[in-house]
Formats: sequence, C-alpha cells, structure tokens
Amino acid sequence: MDWRQIWEIVSAADNVPIIALIPLLAFFIFLAWRQGQANDLLIERLEGDAALAKTHHRKAWPFKPGWQKEIHVWPFLLRVEFLAAIIVTIILMVWSITLNAPLEEPANPNLTMNPAKAPWYFLGLQEMLVYFDPWIAGVVMPTLIIFGLMVIPYIDTNPLGAGYYTWKQRKFEIGTFLFGFIILWVSMITIGTFIRGPGWQWFWPGQTWDHNRLIYEVNRDLPDLFGITSNLWKAIFGAIVVGGYFVISGLLLHSLYRRYNPKNYQRKSLLQYSILMVFFLTMVGLPIKMLLRLLFHIKYVWITPWFNV
Amino acid sequence: MADEKNANGKNGKRAGILDQIKEDIGSLKTDLPAKAKEQVEILKNPTKTQVYTSIFRHKHDETPRNRALGVLSNVFLHLHPAKINRDAVRYSYTWGMGGITFYLFLVLTFTGVLLMFYYHPTKVQAFRDVLYLEHDVPFGKLLRNMHRWAAHLMVIAVELHMFRVFLTGSYKKPREFNWNVGVILLVLTLLLSFTGYLLPDDQLGFWAVTVGTNMARATPLLGHEGPFGSQLGMTPYNDVRFGLLGGSIVDANALLRSYIWHCIGIPIIALVFMVVHFWRVRKDGGISGPAPVILESEVKEPRK
Repeated sequence: MDWRQIWEIVSAADNVPIIALIPLLAFFIFLAWRQGQANDLLIERLEGDAALAKTHHRKAWPFKPGWQKEIHVWPFLLRVEFLAAIIVTIILMVWSITLNAPLEEPANPNLTMNPAKAPWYFLGLQEMLVYFDPWIAGVVMPTLIIFGLMVIPYIDTNPLGAGYYTWKQRKFEIGTFLFGFIILWVSMITIGTFIRGPGWQWFWPGQTWDHNRLIYEVNRDLPDLFGITSNLWKAIFGAIVVGGYFVISGLLLHSLYRRYNPKNYQRKSLLQYSILMVFFLTMVGLPIKMLLRLLFHIKYVWITPWFNV
Repeated sequence: MADEKNANGKNGKRAGILDQIKEDIGSLKTDLPAKAKEQVEILKNPTKTQVYTSIFRHKHDETPRNRALGVLSNVFLHLHPAKINRDAVRYSYTWGMGGITFYLFLVLTFTGVLLMFYYHPTKVQAFRDVLYLEHDVPFGKLLRNMHRWAAHLMVIAVELHMFRVFLTGSYKKPREFNWNVGVILLVLTLLLSFTGYLLPDDQLGFWAVTVGTNMARATPLLGHEGPFGSQLGMTPYNDVRFGLLGGSIVDANALLRSYIWHCIGIPIIALVFMVVHFWRVRKDGGISGPAPVILESEVKEPRK
C-alpha cells in the first residue's frame, strides 16, 4: 500500500473538486431520497383513502388550516438567498486561502505530461477513449449527451411527479437518469481521476504509479475470434452484430417497457418511443462495450475501411 | 405706474438700488432663521427629501404593500414575484443550486475582470504574469485561487442543479423549453471552464487542452483523422481543430483564441441564455414546487 501515492493523487489541487463532489452528491441523493420516500408514503395513503385524498393538502410537510399559503419574498426568500451568497463566499474564501490553484512548469510541447489529463469534468469522455475511437468518444458521445438531455422533456410522457420528489411514480425515468449521471458520468470521472496513471493504465488506489510499467495485453477484434479475414466480411459481420444488438435488446426493452410501464407506453407517439429506444440502447451499449474490452480483450466489434466501432 | 417710472429716473434709480439692497439684507435677517429651521425639519426626516424619493420610489413601511413593492420596484429583485408558496423557500426542495450557480458566475466575473488587469494573452508574458500575480500583486494569489475554485464549484453547482431539476420532474410541461436553455448553459459553463484552463500557459493547461482538442481531429467529416475526413480533403491545416486553435498545435494563436472566448465570447453568449433562462422561470410559473402530489387515478388522458 503506497500511502504517499494516494496522498499525491488526493491532494492534487485540481482533484479536490471531485473529492468534494462525491460527498456532496451522496448528501443530495440522500436528501432527495428522504423526501421522495415521504411523498411515496403519502401517495400510498391517499390512494387507499379516497375521502382523505379530497381534503388533504397533498404535501409531506405539515399544513394547518389558517396558515398562510403564500409568503412574502421580502424577507422570507431574499434572506435565504442572501445567506446562501454569504455562505458560498465564506467557503470560497477559506478554500482560496488554504489551497493554492495548481501551477506547473511553463508549457512545453517537447515534454509530454504523463498522464496528460483533461480537466476533471471531461475525464469521463477521456476514459471513453480507452474503449472507443476518438471520433466516438470525443465527438459523437458529447453530441449524443447534449441531444439526449435536450429530448428528455419531449419524450418523457409521464404526467406524474412534476414538482415533487418521488420514486414510485417515476421509476424508469429516475433509474435511467441515475444510471447515466452517476454510473456513466460521475464514476467515469472518478476512475479517470483516481485510477488512471501513467500511460493511462489502471492503477488501483495505493498502487505506485510506475512510469515504466508495461502491460502485455493482446486485444483482439471480434471478427478475428470468428476467423473472419476478408475486409468485406468483417464490415458485414460487424454491421450484423451491432444491428443485432439494437434489434434484440430493443425487443427486450420493448417487452419490458410495455409490460411494466403500460400507461406511459400508451402515451408515447411512435417518434417519442423510437427516440427513447435509440438513446437508451446507445447508453446501455457503453458499459457493454467496456465489459467486452475489460473481460474479453475485444477492441473492435465492427471494422470498416473508414471507421471502427 | 407713475412711481415706478419715477424710481427708474436718474436719481431715483440710485436711491432705488440702495433701498432694494437694504431691503434684501433685511429680508435675510428674517428669512434665514426661518429657512434654517425649515431645513432642519426636512433633514430630520431624510426619507421625505426629493433626492431620496427620486431614488426610492415608495416608502418602506412595515406593510404588506410596501414589502411587495420593495421587490417589484427594484430592478435587481424584480425577477422575483412579490409572494411565493410557503414551501418554495425550503432549502431541501431546491438545494439553492441554480441561485448559487448564478452567484458564482458573478464572483467569477468580478475576479476575472480583476485578473484581466494583470494578464497578457501572449506566449512571452502569460506564464510570467501568473507568477507576478502569485508573488507580487497584493492579494493576487487569493484572486487567482478564488477564480479557480469558484470555476470548479460552478461546474459542480450546475450539475447538481440539473440533477435536482430532473429528480423533481421540473422539466415537464410547461418548462420543456427552459430545460433546453439550461442544457445549453451547462455546455457553456463547461466551455468557459475549459477555455480558462489554458490561460496560465503551464504544462497542466497545455496538455489538458492538447488532449481535449486532439479529439477534434477525429470529428466525422470535419477532422483530418475522423471518418470520411480525409476523403473530404481535411488536413491538419484546414480542419475543425485548426479553426479552434488557430494553428496545427496549441500555441500563441490558441492562447489568444481561448482568451477571447473565455473573457468575451462565451460570457456574452451565456449571459443572453441566462436572461432567457431566468425570464422563462417566471413566465413558466415560478419554481416548479413543492407541488401537491398527484395520484395515478387523477391523471386525465388527453383526447387523441
């Protein structure tokens, strides 16, 4: 166990934000989960008691008749905002006094940093470079993430859960988002920051960053495993495999979605449903490709003269 | 009339002026104390003065009306409604992340403008300017640290804000459009941070931006290493990466370009989107909740 190495990684000034992000995220997930649970309990109670549903104020927080429903922004909201500004300022001040912003040696194109890492919020994309070609990891994926986020309000046809925390009314939506945000975005950033060392090799926490380490890994392409040698057949084979993934897992998702989410399935138009399918399956495709690489040392699935997937 | 004419005569004029001066001085004796008394009375109550009332358009008494006006007639506060739902101020619902993001943007603008006084975006001076800032400028180190950490904190706050908005379903009707504006603002925040990363011109920024922009080589169609790029005549000297960096490597032009994007281009674009974002929050009915829960049996299906 190389504690010095751990300390070097953890105390690197630009890694501090990620160390801050993880407990913050845990805290806010807990906060959301607690409120969601309270609301779910309330929903369950109201669903079982029609008379109560008619009179209840419909929030997990207490409300008594006679209480004002609305309050003045001045001072009740403005003081919260003012306090928040002061607290953030204090945090920033303390942080800025105690920890210096990093400054390395002057830029030198002849001396490559190893590892050369992007800013922490792009490390998820940099980690994807291990598993995908740069045009997918660096260009297509960011584009898909942006568009995927943008289409959310237009393909989410579930009318429930607008304006309150809940889990039971939006299991699919929240589960999908948590998968994308926590597993694909935040944990990839964490791996890129704390695990990846020189040569972008995998170093477990506590393992010394050895700049001379070599890993003899033979990565194979999927068509090679099947003994396909001609380029044309490799391209055709890859297209079939990738297309087959979308068709088969698409059918699987379809049967699960219409079984467990029948109302939202009914509500979706063909366009909404197909956009959901494409984005969802592409997103799930990422960890599948990662596992293929990590467990079976498979580099490419689909090989063509112009691009490889 | 006749007397007046007489008073304007040759001799009468001189006597008239003297008289008038005497009368003026006499009037000072009586008027000054009275006016001074009046002035003291006015100053005792400064909120009634013309200067005060010209700045503040209404009283600040402890009345509901004046509390509302205090928000509505103030240009900085008027984005708020006068009254909000009693639960909407709960921190546990909103996490305050949107507001904190905006506050951090203001902090970054303030510290950023101060940093600009000491920084030249040239290969010769940039790194030395940072050293100068750290070792000689009064509070220069604090300034740079604060800009750096506020930038990281803003990225975190933006992500948490998006997370909260998703978890509360706040992007649903009628807020679909504002969610999209928010996504663009998220991207702009990341770009702001990324363009600033190169500016100290040290190894960290240089290699981070090299790694980041190398991906642009692989842009399909537009990058010289991307699919179909070379077939479309892309080379390292005319592709999209060249356009971003102003060259085939990260050098002086890249420094200048990221400086201009960082200090002028993206902040202005982000400001425009922010204006729309905040305005739409109000127009779409204020913050989304905490709203009363809806039961599945109560959902009315729209007619098809």
